Amino acid sequence: MNNNMNKEITLSVQGLRKTIGKKEIIHGIDFELHRGEVFGFLGPNGAGKTTTIRMLVGLIQPTAGTIEICGYDLKKNFTEAMENLGCIVENPELYPYLSGWENLQLFANMLPKIGIERMNEVVELVGLQQRINDKVQTYSLGMRQRLGIAQALLGRPKVLILDEPTNGLDPSGIREMRQFIRFLAEQEGLSVFVSSHLLSEIQLMCDRVAIISKGQVLQVGEVRELLGQQERLLWKLSPLEKGTAILEKHTEVTVTEEGQVITAYVDGHQTGLWIQQLVEAGVMVQEMNRQVPTLEDLFLHITGGETID
Amino acid sequence: MINLVFNEITKLLGKRRLLVVTLIMAMLMAVFTYAQAKEIERTRERLGTEDWRTTLQQQIIDTQNRLGSTRISDEWRQTLQIRIAQQQYYLDNDINPAEPGAPTFLRGFIENSVQLLLPLMVMVIAADLVSSEKSLGTIKLLLTRPVKRWRILLSKYITLILAVSFIIFIFGLLGYLISGLVFGYKGWMAPVISGFVVQGGELDTASTFIIPQWQYLLMAFGLAWFVSIVVGTLSFLLSVLVRSTAAGMGIMLAALISGTILSNMVSSWEAAKYLFMVNLNITSYLTGQSPPIEGMTLGFSVTILTIWAAVALFLSFFVFTRQDVY
Repeated sequence: MNNNMNKEITLSVQGLRKTIGKKEIIHGIDFELHRGEVFGFLGPNGAGKTTTIRMLVGLIQPTAGTIEICGYDLKKNFTEAMENLGCIVENPELYPYLSGWENLQLFANMLPKIGIERMNEVVELVGLQQRINDKVQTYSLGMRQRLGIAQALLGRPKVLILDEPTNGLDPSGIREMRQFIRFLAEQEGLSVFVSSHLLSEIQLMCDRVAIISKGQVLQVGEVRELLGQQERLLWKLSPLEKGTAILEKHTEVTVTEEGQVITAYVDGHQTGLWIQQLVEAGVMVQEMNRQVPTLEDLFLHITGGETID
Repeated sequence: MINLVFNEITKLLGKRRLLVVTLIMAMLMAVFTYAQAKEIERTRERLGTEDWRTTLQQQIIDTQNRLGSTRISDEWRQTLQIRIAQQQYYLDNDINPAEPGAPTFLRGFIENSVQLLLPLMVMVIAADLVSSEKSLGTIKLLLTRPVKRWRILLSKYITLILAVSFIIFIFGLLGYLISGLVFGYKGWMAPVISGFVVQGGELDTASTFIIPQWQYLLMAFGLAWFVSIVVGTLSFLLSVLVRSTAAGMGIMLAALISGTILSNMVSSWEAAKYLFMVNLNITSYLTGQSPPIEGMTLGFSVTILTIWAAVALFLSFFVFTRQDVY
C-alpha cells in the first residue's frame, strides 16, 4: 500500500525489555515504523501492549533496548525525540475544569513555536470549532477523543501513537476515526501506530501489523498477507456428499459434524467458478460465507495451539 | 519555564483552590474579629474601665490566682509564670501589649495561625499539585511533551512558592481589612517588646528591645511564610509519592495535628525536637513563650525546618524524574 512512498523509518524499536520486580513482562520487542503507514499493534488484553506503548512515549523506562524516534534516542535526546511524537495513551484525559481551547493552550505552551494559527488549524481538522470554548467536562467521549487527537497533532509530529483509539466510541465514531487515521497517514504522511485487541479493526485500517502475545512479538507483516492465509469459506450444501466431492477437486475440504463444509478462500473469481460448477451439477448452495479469522484463530495458527490467556 | 509556570497557574486557578482558601480565611477572620470584639466588651463591662493598665493588672492577678491552685502541672505553671513576668514587664515599661487596632489583631492572629491554620491552607494547594495529575490521568499528557521531567516538577514547585506567597499576602490583607472594620485601622507604629529569652523556666529580659508594630508584623509574616514554604514542600513530596490526593492530605493533616499535640507534651522527650511539626510554632520565639522542649531556639527551628524541606525537595525530584507512570 505504501510501496510508492519512500520507506523512511520514523520509529525504530530494538530489543525492548521491561522487568518489574523480578518478573520480565516484555521479552525483547523489535519493530519499525515507516513514513505514511498505519501500523497495527495487535494483542489480547494483558499481552503487554500498554506497557510497550508507555515505554515508547517515555512514561516507563525500559529495562533494556533502544527506542528511536526520527533518529533521536528517546533516552538520550528526550526533548528532540518527543518533538516528533504525538500520542494518546489510553483515554484522552484532559483537564475537565478548563475549556477545550484552554487545554490546547496548555499543550501549545509546552511546545516550541506553536501559535494560534496552528491551534485553529487542528481544531478545524478534528471538527471541534463549535464547542472548543466549552468546558471539557461537558464533552462527550467522542469529543474528548477528538480533542485528544488535536493535542497530539498540535506539534506537527511525524509519528502518532494511539492506544485503542476506537475504545468507547459508537459505530459512526469508530468509522470516522478510521477514516481520519487513514487520512493522516495517506495525506499528511504521518506514521500512525495503533494498538488494538480487535482484529477486525486492525484489518480495516492498518497496512502492517505486529502481533504480540505474552510480552513478545509473534509476527510482523502486511495485514493482507497475514490474514490471507487464514480466511475461510463456510458452505452449506445439499446434497452434502455430492457438493463435497465437487469442491474436493479444487481444494482441501473439511466437513464439520453439523454438516458445514469449510474450504480455504482464494479469491472472488475462484469462488464464483466453484459455485457455478456446484449449481450446474444440481447441488443447492444454501449458504456461503466468507469468514475472517478471529484473533483467536490467528493466534492458534501462529502459535500452533497456544490460546489466549 | 515561564510558560510552564503560567500553565500551572492556569490549572490552579481553574481548580479554584485559591478562591476556596481565600474564602475560608475571610470567614475565619470575620469570626475571630467578632469573638475578639465580644471579649473586649466583656472585659470592659467587668472592670468598668477602658484603661489598659487596669485591665492588664487584673489579668496578672487572675493568673496569679490560678497559680495558687495545686492541681496545676509544672509545665503549665512555668508557662503562666512567664506570662506574668512578661505582662509585668510591659506594665513596668508603660507599653500597652494590645494596642487596639487591626495591626494588633493581625499580630495575635498570625501568632495563632502559624502552627496549624496556615499550614492547612498551604496543604490544600500543595497536596494535589502532582497527585491530581495522576488521579486525573493528565500526568500522561504532561510527561509526553518535549519537556524534561525535572522542568515540569520545577514549574510546579515555583507555582507552589507563588501560591504560598499569595496566601500569606491575602491573609494579611484580609485580616487587616476585616478586623479594621471593628477595631480601626490604626496601630502600625505602636511599640512592641520583643527579644524575651526563656531560660530554665525564667524570663530573661536583658536582651529585650522595643520595635514598632509594623516591623514586628513583618518579621512574624516572614517567619509564617517560611513555615508555610516548609509545610508546602513536605506536602509536595507526599503529592509526588502518593497517587491519591486524599491520602496525601490525610498524612500531612495527621502530622500537623500531632505537632500541636506533641508541642504540649514532649518536654521530657528530647529527640522530638528534631521533628518538623514540633518546630512549626516559630513566631513564639518572637513573643517569648517557653519552647516545647528546653533548648529550642529560633535558629534551631529554622535549621531543622530547612533540613526537612531540603530533603523533601531532593526526594521529590529524585522520585519524579525516575518514576514509571502506569
